[in-house]
Amino acid sequence: MLIYICQRLLQGAVVLLGVSMVVFFLVNLTGDPAAMLLPLNTPEEDVKVFRHQMGFDRPLVIQYGLFISRAVKGDFGYSYRHRTPAMPLVLARLPATLKLTAIAFLFALVFAVPAGILAALRPNTLLDSITRTFTMLGQAIPGFWLAIMLILIFAVRLRWLPVSGTDSWKSLVLPGITVGSFIMATITRLLRSSLLEVLGENYIRTAHAKGLRRPTVLLRHAIKNAAIPVVTVIGLQITFLIGGSIIAEAIFAYPGIGRLAYQAIATRDIPVIQAYVAVVATITVLINIIVDVAYTWLDPRVRL
Amino acid sequence: MARSEGKVIKHRAVDTEHTLPHIALSARSSGVTLSQLLQSGTATIGAAIVLVVIAVAVFAPVLSPHDPLQQDILNRLQAPAWEQSGSSKHLLGTDTLGRDLLSRILYGSRISLLVGIAAVVLSGGFGITLGLVSGYYGRRVDSLLGRIAEIQLSIPFLVLAISVVAIIGPSLVNLIIVLAVTTWVLYFRVVRGEVLSVREEEYVAAAGVIGGSNLRIIIKHILPNVSASIIVIGTLLVANMIIFEASLSFLGLGVPRPAPAWGRMVADGREYIGTAWWISTFPGLAILFTVLGVNLLGDWLRDTLDPKHSL
Repeated sequence: MLIYICQRLLQGAVVLLGVSMVVFFLVNLTGDPAAMLLPLNTPEEDVKVFRHQMGFDRPLVIQYGLFISRAVKGDFGYSYRHRTPAMPLVLARLPATLKLTAIAFLFALVFAVPAGILAALRPNTLLDSITRTFTMLGQAIPGFWLAIMLILIFAVRLRWLPVSGTDSWKSLVLPGITVGSFIMATITRLLRSSLLEVLGENYIRTAHAKGLRRPTVLLRHAIKNAAIPVVTVIGLQITFLIGGSIIAEAIFAYPGIGRLAYQAIATRDIPVIQAYVAVVATITVLINIIVDVAYTWLDPRVRL
Repeated sequence: MARSEGKVIKHRAVDTEHTLPHIALSARSSGVTLSQLLQSGTATIGAAIVLVVIAVAVFAPVLSPHDPLQQDILNRLQAPAWEQSGSSKHLLGTDTLGRDLLSRILYGSRISLLVGIAAVVLSGGFGITLGLVSGYYGRRVDSLLGRIAEIQLSIPFLVLAISVVAIIGPSLVNLIIVLAVTTWVLYFRVVRGEVLSVREEEYVAAAGVIGGSNLRIIIKHILPNVSASIIVIGTLLVANMIIFEASLSFLGLGVPRPAPAWGRMVADGREYIGTAWWISTFPGLAILFTVLGVNLLGDWLRDTLDPKHSL
């Protein structure tokens, strides 16, 4: 188990190196950082000196080597815009995004798990149809539009909830729904189909036959098995959740890493972009490992 | 906790198809008929929606009451016809520059469909080719391409897309390229997985024994076996591409102004949401309607082409 986790961490490190490489060359191809940093009418001579000072005149490969040797120590350089170290800037905003992601996720689970289970237990009933209609809609609604509609209804018309900010729990409701709606639909749908399949298995009949009570069969045998594909998708969707928070955070002016990243891309604040991607990619790699370990609990046949 | 036995039952490998919501499991048989389609209520609705959207895109010039680009500052922010301040001249009202919203939405279907379909075809071209090569040849090619796919999946789609648009600049063609470059992995993973299982079949070995070239084996014997999956992924991916395109347009990285892209129109109305709700609402409904139709059709295709679910 421990050996397996170490192997996966090592593989993860290779992936992170690859990610850093892709992002480094990608953002450095987008233009001259010196031109972005200096005032418009800077004399040519000064630009030259500046480029030399910052190391922009060196070959990209050498710049990358320097970058990565510092990056492994957590030093991603100074934000061009904020004039402070980039990594702490991202890390300071990370809790806000994690909080939003957690709320979105909780919101998704609170609705998706009961809805998915009930729909699977009573297939082809009115309840099932309603659930399916909602999941179809949930998967077809563009997040940015949902956000604006939520603002229109709950902030502009009903005045129940604030449009932006972080003052109270209320300001988390609308961004939470925006980020969580898609994964809610996905989980509901998947849990329903997966549970339907599991309920037809022989071991469920055996469990009933040996006299176990219905709730026990459902909890111990059916749901645990039905959860396996759901966990896989949750693992894969977390990147989408964190990535998707870019739009929600931008619309609701929520001070998380998504909004920071969007501003950084717009102003070509390269160190911040790199720190952001490093953080997101690390989270992705770690979650994938956690998901794989979670299988061993859900399905004892899986050995790590 | 489980002891380390160096053996992993790879659930992940089986479930990689779920990278995007509800993309197909393996499928072996292809070929569906119209009567099969009409037997399913949801599929009929989906197909009808898709046909309507295609018809709107083709006949936009005939259907539109106004020029989608014609500005009329005096009549800006006019409410839809059924509101008190609305007029029958502009059924869905006008936007911030007095352009007719209905006409812009009708023309907008062209951009969404064009980008969605073209991006899927291009993405499929990359993904299928690399997936076939990776799965068939295996070894180094496979592990290299597999790593690249893994790297790409660790970078949030929007960050990658925004960065690429920033490099090559926003335009219709660039948008299609960006979407293809950022989604080929989805095809790649499914096709590769399919090829890995098909490769072991006896008829593939037989084709090799009687002297079939690699290219011939791939095209004649392996590709037909993965075609059902390709069709299903492609259909569901069109829906995702339409949302991706709209999201990039919303962020101002789509087709440049003044072209009527649905995502951009939603963004234009954002500042006016308190006073002119219709500007953002209707283009969003158009996206929802189109994506819903494509998804319904794609779901049905998956259920029908996948023998596991077709009873």
